[in-house]
Amino acid sequence: MLENLDALLLARIQFAFTVSFHFFFPSFSIGLASYLMVLEGLWLKTGKSVYLDLFKYWLKIFAIAFAMGVVSGIVMSYQFGTNWSVFSDKAGPVIGPLMAYEVLTAFFLEAGFLGVMLFGMEKVGKRLHFFATFMVALGTFVSAFWILSVNSWMQTPTGYLLGENGQFLPGESWLDIIFNPSFPYRLVHTVMAAYLTTAFVVGAVGAWHLLKDRANPHARKMFSMAMWMAAIVTPAQIFAGDMHGLNTLEHQPVKVMAMEGHYQSHPDGAPLILFGIPDSETKTVRYAIEIPKMSSLILKHDLNAPLKGLDTVPDNLEPPVPVVFWSFRVMVGIGFAMLGIGLWSLWGRLRGTLYDLPWLHRAAVLMGPSGFAAVLAGWITTEVGRQPFVIYGLLRTADASSPLDAPAVAASLLAFILVYFTVFGIGVWYVLKLMGKAPQPGEYGVKRGDVGPIRTAGITPGPTQNPGGAETLPTEAPGEKEPV
Amino acid sequence: MDLTVVWAFIIAFAVFAYVVMDGFDLGIGILFPTFAPGRERDRAMNSIAPVWDGNETWLVLGGGGLFAAFPLAYAVILPATYPLIIAMLLGLVFRGVAFEYRWRDPAHQKFWDVAFSGGSFVAALAQGMTLGALLQGIDVVDRAYAGSWFDWLTPYTLLTGLGTVAGYALLGASWLIWKLDGEEQAHARKLAIRWGAATIVLMGAVSIYNIALNAEYAERWLSAPEIYYVAPVPILTAIVALSMLRAILKERNSKPFWLGIALFFLGMSGLGVTIWPYAVPESVTIWEAAAPYRSQAFMLVGVALTLPLILAYTAWAYWVFRGKVGHEGYH
Ligand code: HDD
Ligand code: HEM
Ligand code: HEM
Repeated sequence: MLENLDALLLARIQFAFTVSFHFFFPSFSIGLASYLMVLEGLWLKTGKSVYLDLFKYWLKIFAIAFAMGVVSGIVMSYQFGTNWSVFSDKAGPVIGPLMAYEVLTAFFLEAGFLGVMLFGMEKVGKRLHFFATFMVALGTFVSAFWILSVNSWMQTPTGYLLGENGQFLPGESWLDIIFNPSFPYRLVHTVMAAYLTTAFVVGAVGAWHLLKDRANPHARKMFSMAMWMAAIVTPAQIFAGDMHGLNTLEHQPVKVMAMEGHYQSHPDGAPLILFGIPDSETKTVRYAIEIPKMSSLILKHDLNAPLKGLDTVPDNLEPPVPVVFWSFRVMVGIGFAMLGIGLWSLWGRLRGTLYDLPWLHRAAVLMGPSGFAAVLAGWITTEVGRQPFVIYGLLRTADASSPLDAPAVAASLLAFILVYFTVFGIGVWYVLKLMGKAPQPGEYGVKRGDVGPIRTAGITPGPTQNPGGAETLPTEAPGEKEPV
Repeated sequence: MDLTVVWAFIIAFAVFAYVVMDGFDLGIGILFPTFAPGRERDRAMNSIAPVWDGNETWLVLGGGGLFAAFPLAYAVILPATYPLIIAMLLGLVFRGVAFEYRWRDPAHQKFWDVAFSGGSFVAALAQGMTLGALLQGIDVVDRAYAGSWFDWLTPYTLLTGLGTVAGYALLGASWLIWKLDGEEQAHARKLAIRWGAATIVLMGAVSIYNIALNAEYAERWLSAPEIYYVAPVPILTAIVALSMLRAILKERNSKPFWLGIALFFLGMSGLGVTIWPYAVPESVTIWEAAAPYRSQAFMLVGVALTLPLILAYTAWAYWVFRGKVGHEGYH
């Protein structure tokens, strides 16, 4: 029994570890794919080379991030079976088809057009190449759609029947399953999160190069584009997050109690606990700094509305409160910091000093990784907050795992940790190295040694392999180079 | 025909598509150490760089399709072959990132080349051994794997593992015959002959072992009247194998590759005969493992709508990068 428990805990750690790593990359590449599409579209429309240069600059980074996303994603799709076989057997009839749709409508789309996007500009021409970029961007979005539908169904299951053998079976309508109650909120919030994550990375790279050279036109362009995103999308994201929270209150009230740190019920207006140290032993939040009645106002839009607390929930159905409480605050804190940057940039723009505010640029550099932190914190809130269930209210995590022995899972977990930190650590370092170089006029694309699928003879280096092809001519004037 | 049978064929198709498509790019990884650093390696890598991701997606469809259409089979096979699956996934991590990483820093290139070939080899071996573990049978009690830790490690699974490695290497070499020219093409030809011969020998060995392994398999292949239906498979296999070797020796351009694929197709048909109608041999039939009608029907709509499109744009992507790699006249 005890041994089983260990295997369970290890399997949970392994799942959390691998999915967190996986999600790092999509949360960046979903946004980056769209950004690349916008850049290429602007280039086609205006013919300005700065857009093409930026496109090629970010394309190299995208190629690495995408590869990391793909290989870590394949791990995920097998992990349901290897480590959560009971879950797979029971939930397969409902969520399996959604994941199959993800493969059919998203993964093939991305993968099929990726090769053309990375290496094919000279081969297919500008418009078809733009179409390929668009398909890749669309694929990343469609992928998010399906996988978030799956995850949301596990959070707020609807539209299913229970079979005799304990399986969940699809009910009358697939739409009830796909569009389960938390899905629209989770989709909007997560996709905007991906856009913000990318925007803050792009903004940080722009700011970094502005700090070195205020006049750099490429750095100016990307910084400005990113700051527009920050200024516009952050408020929308905060609004969506609030809506998401209200929806969670309706469907998973216990999670909200944990997020808020409400161990006790408050019959006439619950306080908003800003900070404090939740203590699950004594069921109190120590050193709490609170605003009276504020929580009721936010969640119920009424100062005196009663709110139930965790005292109404049996202990064995309670999620680990401190984790949920803190991860939620990290996310919200970052959200407001992002808002601050957005407002600061608007102020700079109004006064025409957007490129002359070194402190803004420094802050933007500092905020570069903030999207990743917020995304991770958000998912931890979501996932830990639904414990002890893996299918909310219906299947406990403890009853969902594979019949594996602890040493087997321990060994695989160790292998994942070693491999992921090495491989993805090095990948991130390559990305940072690329970001450290300022974008150049006539930027080269995804460079491939001296010979390539699209290269001529291999002895005379030709302007190949690179969309727009200018790699061998880095010093050439930033004219409008047409791909052949 | 009922939907479950349709789905068994769809999964079989996905696995076949995966095996031949990722097969040749894994094969190039397996052969990588025999290529000269520099030009030959770069060309070999570039011949698959635009398509490997699409190839690997068939693995996700095979796994995801199994999860969706035969959840019980997915839930039994993966825990039973746990170490193999994890090894395969980690192998795929190394070789997948190598496509990008090896260009990023000349000083690291050697390391990523090793990662590329090591990862490809491990993935291929693990896939072949998984197949062997499945064929030799898996203990199932109460809808769950009930075998012990090392059931997947037997002489038989090692044999199927090596057979898969050899077969992938053959596909990789014959792909390179098609995509390269000059000295490098001649090298690929040598490799194709060597690995082609190894593949044929190992295929024969696995077949014989199969029959010795299990009385029911023997029955299926050797007793009348079944033998009249199944005999064409080995006969055709022999014909295709010989014509493939001939095509390589006669210095044909793309023919060895297509015949290599035909060889794999026949091998898989043989497997189909052996396994049918089990999803997990001897324990779970496809009907026992099947998801309910509604799930299968819903997905079938998706497959019918998207698969033709997928095949069309995949073909287009290959078409865009057709011809010899990195040479004049490549447009
Ligand atoms: C850049 C990323 C980012 C930012 C700035 C925010 N969030 Fe968020 N949040 C996410 C990224 C995210 C996420 C990764 O997308 C999550 C995890 C799972 C999910 O559904 O979305 C999430 C989950 C999540 C949940 C949990 C929903 C549930 O599972 O029941 C709530 C209540 C909020 N968010 C609310 C907010 C609020 C009020 C924010 C205001 C500052 C906020 N989020 C900023
Ligand atoms: C991509 C971002 C995600 C992150 C960062 C994340 C994070 C986590 C974490 C931290 C846990 C462990 C919770 C605990 O045991 O205390 C967990 C569990 C789990 N998550 Fe997620 N998750 C993500 C997405 C998903 C998605 C999309 C799915 C489903 C398709 C999913 C399915 C599961 C399952 C099955 C578990 C079971 C193990 C468990 O609950 O302990 N997760 N996840
Ligand atoms: C546990 C759940 C998850 C599984 C099983 C999973 C599975 C996969 C797989 C197999 C791939 C590789 C596809 C290929 O071969 O091209 C992949 C990549 C990807 N996944 Fe996930 N995924 C999960 C969670 C998520 C989440 C939560 C999101 C987004 C909200 C997401 C978005 C993507 C995207 C956009 C890609 C493309 C590669 C990239 O952009 O880096 N995935 N995923």
